[in-house]
Amino acid sequence: MTPAVTTLVPAFEAVKVDYTAIAPILIVFGGSMVGVLVEAFAPRRSRHTTQVALTLVTLAAALGALLLWSRDNHAKTLGGSIVIDGPAVFLQGTLLVLSILGVLTMAEKWGGQDADAFTPMGAATPGSPQEAAAARAGFTTSEVFPLTLIAVGGMLLFPAAGDLITAFIALEVLSLPLYIMTGLARRRRLLSQEASLKYFLLGAFSSAFFLFGAALLFAYAGSLDFDKIASVTAAADPALEGLLVPGVLLVLIGLLFKVGAVPFHSWTPDAYQGAPTPVTGFMAACTKLAAFGAILRVAYVAFDGSRWDWRVEVIAVAILTMVVGSVLSVTQTDVKRLLAYSSVAHAGFILVGVLAFSRQGVQGVLFYLVAYGFTTIAAFAIVSMVRAGGPDGSVGSEASHLSQWAGLGKEHPVVAGVFAFLLLAFAGIPLTSGFTAKFAVFAPAVADGGRAGVTMAIVGVLCSAITGFVYVRLIVLMFFTEAGSDEVEVLVPSALTTVAVTVGTAATVLLGIAPGLVLSLADSASQFIR
Amino acid sequence: MTSPYIPLLFLVALGGGFAVFSVLIAGLTGPKRYNRAKVDAYECGIEPTPQASGGGKVPIKYYLTAMLFIIFDVESVFLYPFATAFDKLGLFALVEMVLFILTVFVAYSYVWRRGGLDWD
Repeated sequence: MTPAVTTLVPAFEAVKVDYTAIAPILIVFGGSMVGVLVEAFAPRRSRHTTQVALTLVTLAAALGALLLWSRDNHAKTLGGSIVIDGPAVFLQGTLLVLSILGVLTMAEKWGGQDADAFTPMGAATPGSPQEAAAARAGFTTSEVFPLTLIAVGGMLLFPAAGDLITAFIALEVLSLPLYIMTGLARRRRLLSQEASLKYFLLGAFSSAFFLFGAALLFAYAGSLDFDKIASVTAAADPALEGLLVPGVLLVLIGLLFKVGAVPFHSWTPDAYQGAPTPVTGFMAACTKLAAFGAILRVAYVAFDGSRWDWRVEVIAVAILTMVVGSVLSVTQTDVKRLLAYSSVAHAGFILVGVLAFSRQGVQGVLFYLVAYGFTTIAAFAIVSMVRAGGPDGSVGSEASHLSQWAGLGKEHPVVAGVFAFLLLAFAGIPLTSGFTAKFAVFAPAVADGGRAGVTMAIVGVLCSAITGFVYVRLIVLMFFTEAGSDEVEVLVPSALTTVAVTVGTAATVLLGIAPGLVLSLADSASQFIR
Repeated sequence: MTSPYIPLLFLVALGGGFAVFSVLIAGLTGPKRYNRAKVDAYECGIEPTPQASGGGKVPIKYYLTAMLFIIFDVESVFLYPFATAFDKLGLFALVEMVLFILTVFVAYSYVWRRGGLDWD
């Protein structure tokens, strides 16, 4: 090497890694690698069982590592690119619990050979000779589980990312498996493929927005680190304002896309409807959680100093999200699309908490994400149980049209009752987790958000009333309407789905009646390390 | 002291000059005996003119091969800077690199076992 070139290379200094703090992330990624190897080498017959067991053990081990090590080990590590602090640990713990429930619903076989919701071969219809031939040729559906683990790994990283590049990598790592999983539905293949393509294309656009924003912010601050951006913003150079504001807004567009905020929500109904229902539940609960974690961190750490430049725009987005989500949910005729629009409205409610800009706001958002996650996974698990009769007694496709849900409560009072309860939680009726959660985000908005906070809270309450109408209409349909001519059956779930629904519902009850424990946990976790 | 970029410019000029020289000299000195195989489309075997066969559809195998190529291509792109600075990076970077290569090997073994390397 010539001396001239040597001067170009600065001395290398190994980065300090706090392995205990990032152990959960490492365990999940390691587990996903083992999962890929299982997919490659394990005999086909045992693959499903092995994969499910491996995935659950990995997630449980990560949760154990989180509780043992990283809970009290708040640290910035890897040169500040990963920040393990209160909100990160809280969200990671919730994510791991929710993804365990999600994996349980994905593993459901409904009496078949493999996970029922997923297709072994894109071109074959369920139960056809072609599908049997594909199964004989070695095509399986167990790839979903390593994909889930990879997505969970990205989601764990996303709220803990300490710079824009790490955040972008986490965003891609969590998104790419989800694009694939969206397209894997076994029934209604065309809908599923369409959903996957739309989700992928729009997701690619939003990633590009995020990167453009990151580039502008790098030009502004000379660094991609969140604290560096914050400190440069504090030293406000008006000459560079033209780089800062567009940069912040573009990054926020990338993040708001992932939570499905209006006007970046157009993928949500299609992707939610087309994806296999267990994936929809997982996606709705966990992606939203991870993305709001990242939004909290950029809003409270990186873009805190420039708050007055982007606050108005995001307030407009929050109000639009609540109004559009709740109004459009009134017109839906498909259960999955209805829940999708309701998730859009929920994203708006959570944004109200984010925009309170106070510790109580963070606490409210964290609590809302927990409550919404449990309810959502249970609700989508129930949607996957209600089926239209298939040919000669086989498992049919999901009866997702609202007319097929008419009179369900008379024949299946337990399932319809639990679903009605979950809907009431979405609506925010007292004694459910939804009420506590809405209170937890609206109260800080009123207290700390000034006039805008009060406005958003009022819009939020009105929109809750609109969505409440939608849910009550569905409950009336289930319990007080005669069944239509369509043949609808409710499958008897195995232990897997039963556990997911039970835990989700129990959490919805508990967080409604006795929210104290989780609220105080969220409160103690609401401080970011800068 | 001369700028460290001068060798780089020299390399670019040398590379470009070699390419231009080779093409020109081959055209001037080489024998020109055409046959059917020689005027066929090069490399991929898809006739683009006058109309692409099969409505312009390309077998999906090409995409799979292209994707696999990119994965291992990117791996080697990362290996180059590591190799040039190896003596300064020490054990930590070596372990990191081994982990990185192992990860790509996991993907490789998956592709191999699931038939991604079989053309038919």
